[in-house]
Parts: sequence; C-alpha cells; structure tokens
Amino acid sequence: MAVSVEDPMLTRPCRVQRMRMETSDTFTIELENPCHNGAGPGFAPGQFNMLYLFGVGEVPISICGDPARPEVLVHTTREVGSVTRAMRRLRPGDVLGVRGPFGTGWPVDEAVGKDVVLIAGGIGLAPLRPALYALLERRDEFGKIVLLYGTRSPDDLLYQRELEKWRARFDLNVYVTVDRAAGRWRGNVGVVTTLIPGAPFDPLETVAFVCGPEVMMRFTVQELERRGVAKEAIYVSMERNMKCGVGLCGHCQFGPFFVCKDGPVFQYSKIEPFFGKREV
Amino acid sequence: METLERILAEHPFFEGLDPRHLKAIEDCATNVRFKPDEYIFREGEEANWFYLIRQGQVALEVFHLEQGSIIIQTLGPGDVLGWSWLIPPYRWRFDARALEHVRAFALDGRCLRTKCDESPELGYALLKRFAMVLEQRLQATRLQLLDLYSVRR
Repeated sequence: MAVSVEDPMLTRPCRVQRMRMETSDTFTIELENPCHNGAGPGFAPGQFNMLYLFGVGEVPISICGDPARPEVLVHTTREVGSVTRAMRRLRPGDVLGVRGPFGTGWPVDEAVGKDVVLIAGGIGLAPLRPALYALLERRDEFGKIVLLYGTRSPDDLLYQRELEKWRARFDLNVYVTVDRAAGRWRGNVGVVTTLIPGAPFDPLETVAFVCGPEVMMRFTVQELERRGVAKEAIYVSMERNMKCGVGLCGHCQFGPFFVCKDGPVFQYSKIEPFFGKREV
Repeated sequence: METLERILAEHPFFEGLDPRHLKAIEDCATNVRFKPDEYIFREGEEANWFYLIRQGQVALEVFHLEQGSIIIQTLGPGDVLGWSWLIPPYRWRFDARALEHVRAFALDGRCLRTKCDESPELGYALLKRFAMVLEQRLQATRLQLLDLYSVRR
C-alpha cells in the first residue's frame, strides 16, 4: 500500500512541534501536518518524505510516526551530513519544507494470518516503527509478531521507553541485542542475525520486514533463508541517494528500479539479482 | 522420570547423535546450576569442562583495565559454552558469568578427551559439532567487526 501525493514537487511548510534527542547523534522531529484534512491515511508505513531546510538543502527521511495519527509527521534521523546537522538545531516553532509522502510501504495487508517478524538494525527501527504500530492496531489479524532489534551499544537504542512498553506486552515478542556492552547490561550481546535462529516464528508462515544498513540486511536475509523463510516473504527497505522522490531524476536508480518510486520497500525476490552487488 | 541420556539427546547440540556416543558422553556429564552474577569460569583458569546451557543467559566477558568488564557475547538456552577444553593449553580465554539463574550440563573435558582418543568415531562426531559452533561464532564475530549499524539515515 502506498499513499500518493497530489503535487509531488510542491514543498509544504510545516511547523516543528517537538524536537527530541534519541541518542547522542540521533534525533526526532515532530511536525504539524497542515495538509492532512483528517480523512483517510496520511502515509503508509515505510514511506518517506523529502524534508527541506530552507537555504541548506533537502533530504529524504522515513516517516516513523503512527499512521493512525497522520496529523503529526514524525521523523527520526541521524546526523550524517550538513542538512541533518543543521536540522538538529531546529526548535519548536521553526518551519521545515515537506514534500511527500513518497515510495512504497511495508505490505501489512499481505501479512494477515501470518507471523510477522520485524528485523531492525541501528536507526532502521525508525522506518519499521509505523509498521509495528499498524500491526498492533490490528493485532488480532496476525499470528505472532516478533521484533528483533540490534544496535552498537545500549546507548544507541532508539525509542527506549517504547521498547520497554513493547517488551511488557504479552502479544508481542521483543528481542534486543547490542554489539558490545559493559558488565551491567542484562540483555543480549551479539549481532542481530544471531537472534534469528531462536526467534519464535513459523518460517513457513512468516512475513519478514527488514530495515537497516545494506550489509546488515544482506546477512539478515541469508539467516532468514537458512531458517526457511521464502524469498518472496522477505521485504527490505533500500536506501539510495534520493532527490526528486518520483523517479524523474534517476539519482536513486537501483538496477531497473528507482528506489524513491518502486521502493524503498521491495520484495527481496524482486531485487535479489542486484542486492549486495558492488556497482548497481 | 527423564534420564540424563534423554535430556542430553534433546539438547540441540547433540541432536541426531548416535545413541552409543550419547551413552559414552553421559558418563562425562553432570547437571549444574549457577546463580545470577556467579562466574562459571574465569580467564586463564584450566579449561576442563564445557557446558550445554539449558536455561538462563551467560555473558562472555573480557576485563579491560580502564573500562572494566566488557560483554562480548551472550549465550542462552541451546547454546554451547566453551571449547578451550578441546585445544591445548586448555585454558579459558574469557570470563563466563551467569546473568540470571542458569541450568546447564557440565561435560568433563578430560573424560571426553580420553573417550575420543579411544573412539575416533566419537571424536569425529563431536568435532563436527564443535566445528559448526565455531563457524557460527566466527561469522558472528566478523559481523560484529563490520560495525553493521554504522550508517542509515
């Protein structure tokens, strides 16, 4: 499912409601969405917006809020360049330009009746969070829901309070792991792929949503296949240098696809020939 | 009542092992428990045992002078703890600490080494299983070195 936008090249001014630091280099911006009229969905889980900081530049950022609350646009991002560095200094009341939503979403409807495993690496939890909200909103329609989340260290965990709430639920299995921790850490240590063999889902009746850096997704897909999950049941969220958002400029070409238009969420079986290739 | 042999056979590490070999291994096995924060072994100590974890989590740690104990891996039910009993000089390379109540089988390495020397068939069957564990751990370590989560906007 994807939500399309009337004029994709038109930037809408949106006011910052809240800014929140998630980790030392990762922050969340909450924006008023004045264009949402209250009818119908405002975005599909997995879609992204182009955020424009006037006079600095425009960047694609996944929407990570609740699809049931489209009047607020939530974006979590890490400081990785000049635009996101400047965005971090925004304050409530400041204005940001927004184009979108763009791209394809996580196939929540296709997962009805099945187990769903969401596998996130690092900041990859942000684009997966709307999918988890959508799944929990319709909890009875799915089998087991499992979230596997890996980060570098306990300090890098996103949405810590929410993670604690999710872990407390009886209808959701949450496993968190870090690459390295001090002795007081009581959780798992090891990369996220090590959680897959023991995770409670039926591989023959599972849909997997995977989001994180490409190298993490590559090894995650291998481990899911080793567990018996079919390629067609695995979805990954790709990332490329997206500019126009509608498949015109070609910056985000990925084999025969444009990540902004045909993705960012792809069925793994469709992109397998290009996945992990050095030059695509 | 469940016999030790049967419980051993149900552990993933021994899945599919010839019952004759299982019987030989049973002679070297005992049931053990550890309390939270109890050290199962410490770096540098003689490695004469290995453990099949049945319940609870164990942290493998390295002590760093400035940073204190650093957890480099955690192991849980179904995992194997320790292979230094197989390789001279039979010394532990890390500390292993129970993070919660841990139930495990402890297998006497000296007893097993003797049995493996007597029965190369048993030795080969065990080594194949350990080779798989080592391959998985090596792969996981390589991924940790890759710093998998470094970039994603």
